[in-house]
Amino acid sequence: MRSYRADLHIHTCLSPCADLEMSPRGIVQTARSKEIDILGICDHNSAENVPAVRDAARPYQISVLAGMEVTSQEEVHVLGLFDHVDSVLKLQEIVYAHLPGENDEDAFGMQPVVNSEGEILRFNEKLLIGATTLALEKVVSLIHSHGGVAIASHIDREGFGIIGQLGFIPEGLPLDALEVSPAMSVETARNKFAPRLPLTPASDAHHLNEIGQASTAFWLADGTVAEIKKALIQEGGRKVMTGEAK
Amino acid sequence: MKVKEIVDKFDLKVLTSPDKLDVEVTGGYASDLLSDVMANSRPGNIWITLQTHQNIVAVARLRNLAAIILVNNRMPDPETIKSAEAEQVPLLTTSEPAFQISGKLYVRLGIKD
Repeated sequence: MRSYRADLHIHTCLSPCADLEMSPRGIVQTARSKEIDILGICDHNSAENVPAVRDAARPYQISVLAGMEVTSQEEVHVLGLFDHVDSVLKLQEIVYAHLPGENDEDAFGMQPVVNSEGEILRFNEKLLIGATTLALEKVVSLIHSHGGVAIASHIDREGFGIIGQLGFIPEGLPLDALEVSPAMSVETARNKFAPRLPLTPASDAHHLNEIGQASTAFWLADGTVAEIKKALIQEGGRKVMTGEAK
Repeated sequence: MKVKEIVDKFDLKVLTSPDKLDVEVTGGYASDLLSDVMANSRPGNIWITLQTHQNIVAVARLRNLAAIILVNNRMPDPETIKSAEAEQVPLLTTSEPAFQISGKLYVRLGIKD
């Protein structure tokens, strides 16, 4: 086992609010230069650019986790991270079936689906910036039933963070971890929220220069969701190293 | 002004705690960010929101709110109703959006803050 540096929350150009420079190659090369071992690709309510980023990462020693940032009906953002592209695409089918509206490029931005070279294959026409009609509890249970880990996004942010939207983390909601944005240190978050779950800092990068601005150090045998799952419950020697007493 | 009078006047549907409507309303608060409601609502306020998650019941209890009005005919999850019954929080619904019902409470009933 060794330590892995993970940025579990990165958008691609598919997210309407993300910079178009967030191409698969741009993301992977930037991650490489920042010595990131594990990338979570999490676009809003879609995973259509995950395969391209995986392709682009092939020449490098970087694990790309298949992810999505789902917006629940309460407008809480939740990351689902998976080992298999098939799993996230199955979740995507359900998300799309519960995601009303069409994108307006002028208002929200373009949503290009690209290949590993960054060439545009098509434009996604769903209102990816919108909220699904899926309750938060349902979103978490869907992520789990598809084999993923469920992480509440940027809990330190008022808008779209679980605590801002819902006042506090609902009791009994089986989340696996809580993400802290680059705006808050892990120590501050620990003092402020007294969380019962592991904290996993991530960048929520929408621009290349934001990649790695926050990251989580894990002790793992491999850069996979299966290993991260174990680390989050401290199983088999795996662990989250970020925020550990020095 | 009591919750009961507001229910009658605006034809609100009472989903839970019909025996808890004899409560004086001190004012109103409209917000869908529960953290904001926890920070800024005041005891006895009637709370206007479209959030239906069960956390609304805990927030209403915590802040001692008089009742919750769910707008746009939003139906709460079964968990929310169960929790509101257990905590004796009146859950009310209206077909109107938040702007309309807030405006009516403000103008016609003089519930101003």
